[in-house]
Amino acid sequence: MTDTTYNGQFSPQTSGALFQPRRKPLTVRRVLLYAGLLILTLIWLLPFFSALLTSVRTMDEISLNGFWRPDLNTLTLENFTQAWEQARVSRYLGNSFVITLPSLFATLFLSSLSAFALARYKFRLALPLYFMFVAGTMLPFQILLLPVFKLANDWKVYNTHWALIIIHTAFQMGFCTMVLRNYMKTIPNDIVEAARVDGCSDFRIYWQIIIPLTLPAMAALATLEFTWIFNDYLWALILVQNDALKPITAGLASLQGQFTTNWPLITAGSLIGVVPTLFVFAFLQRYFIQGLTLGSGK
Amino acid sequence: MTTISAAQRAAQGEGRMRINVTPYLFLLVPLAVYFVWIIFPTLFSIYLSFTNWDGISPIPAPNALSLDNYNRLFTDRDFGMSFGNNVKWMIVFLTVPTTVGLGLAMIFNTDIRGARWFKISFYAPLILSFVVIGTIWAWIYEPRAGLLNSIIVGISELLASIFPFVTPLERGPGWLADRNLALWSIMGAAVWRQCGYVMILYLAGLKNLDPSLIEAARVDGANGWQLFRRVIFPLLGPITTVVIVVSVIDSLRAFDLVQVMTRGGPGGASNVLANFMYIEAFNNYSFGYGASIAVVLLGLSLFIVVPYLYRTVKTELEY
Repeated sequence: MTDTTYNGQFSPQTSGALFQPRRKPLTVRRVLLYAGLLILTLIWLLPFFSALLTSVRTMDEISLNGFWRPDLNTLTLENFTQAWEQARVSRYLGNSFVITLPSLFATLFLSSLSAFALARYKFRLALPLYFMFVAGTMLPFQILLLPVFKLANDWKVYNTHWALIIIHTAFQMGFCTMVLRNYMKTIPNDIVEAARVDGCSDFRIYWQIIIPLTLPAMAALATLEFTWIFNDYLWALILVQNDALKPITAGLASLQGQFTTNWPLITAGSLIGVVPTLFVFAFLQRYFIQGLTLGSGK
Repeated sequence: MTTISAAQRAAQGEGRMRINVTPYLFLLVPLAVYFVWIIFPTLFSIYLSFTNWDGISPIPAPNALSLDNYNRLFTDRDFGMSFGNNVKWMIVFLTVPTTVGLGLAMIFNTDIRGARWFKISFYAPLILSFVVIGTIWAWIYEPRAGLLNSIIVGISELLASIFPFVTPLERGPGWLADRNLALWSIMGAAVWRQCGYVMILYLAGLKNLDPSLIEAARVDGANGWQLFRRVIFPLLGPITTVVIVVSVIDSLRAFDLVQVMTRGGPGGASNVLANFMYIEAFNNYSFGYGASIAVVLLGLSLFIVVPYLYRTVKTELEY
């Protein structure tokens, strides 16, 4: 495998990538560089390896044999079933979906409304409001913590999923509005004008012309936002107290307190918790990467 | 011509007189949500920072405001330590993941064999929640059986078997339990995640570079390093700005990893402002004091938000 990798693969086609128009010969230096890169990558993957290896062992066996000498005869999937049932990971995971999906839809819908207004109409507050949304994306969460905690109590949504759905919807709106507004700005005006001449109402222009054209940006945003909301820990910690309502992040954190030294169980739970985002990543990787760079467009 | 411009002026004048309500209709709900849950809380935190509210009793009236919390910040050693830790975090974030990320992006932008799989390995940590990252890394740092000390002890045994004068280590450092190492250990996990993020940003930037500029420099005889230093890096300027903004904002947001891995311990040694604020408010019921810490965080983030916004305003107005 490694042999074929080294075998002349460094010489790109003459029409190759940006920085290598010339054919580069296979040199010792390049082989070493490649070997170094391989080693660095393997080191980078060590945390994943550590988690995977630990999740199929027992703590007794790890203590006995040490990390690097696993007894292959005792490998077990017990940790996963125990995490799923006894440690309530199934429950936490369900909660995460119940929180994430409505937040995702709400924030994308509301953001598309505000983005449409800010992108397609000329009015005095258009730019100030846009800047307000941009600034909001960069706020430290801590500045919102106490008043949101108070508001959630006053509105009687504290310790419910509603509290998390509301705050995620509100907070993510800044970023989504910014991205969608910039995207909608790039849609040619002719299309909208033509529709307007045909007597199309403002809402129909939004719903039937602009939204369909904005779908690529929406898809990228959705994958990214799904990961962000799903992975949130701070708000879950602040706004939900009842263990049965916790999303996976807060749930895993409380597992740590409960099963302090049972690392195999905790790691198995963590690995289960990663599956949904891994799924999104595996199938929507393109969109995920696009999403990450969307905000840095300009 | 004159009639048209007169007509235009009339139309403009009319437009200025009549306020178009349509955009406001679209904005109605989003803005209401945003004001109630983002704008108002931000302002309210600032108000709270001048009170001694405990989170339970009625919120103190405007006539009971004082600067006590801010005076206390200056003498609070825990605050000083958290602040210093944030500064260390920021320095590390502005140097390590940025350099590594840019380096990786430069390497993977070529058609090096297997670039796709290398790239995936480096940005895979981005999909993990900080809770999962913190859990995985806390176990890596576990003093007795964790991966890191297993390697360190293993290497020391190996060395001892070769060189008679080396005594093998009985056990490695306590990492998260060590006052001097805890913060750096947490940052190790944070950097592991951040490198892939920076790499993605730079890769996107490199993809958008104009190949003809690179080619021109090459024709002029620029070698690899000169090409990077004098042409590519300057052209990546806008991306570098974004990377700096992201690094600073993310280092001020540092919370989850600390909360999961050490809860700020041992003895507050790994506290950052975000955790210190959380502890003061929710463990010590000093909501007012907590709010003042949050205001400090806000102030720090303004150093980066204001220039960034200024830049955005400028490009928007030119446009």
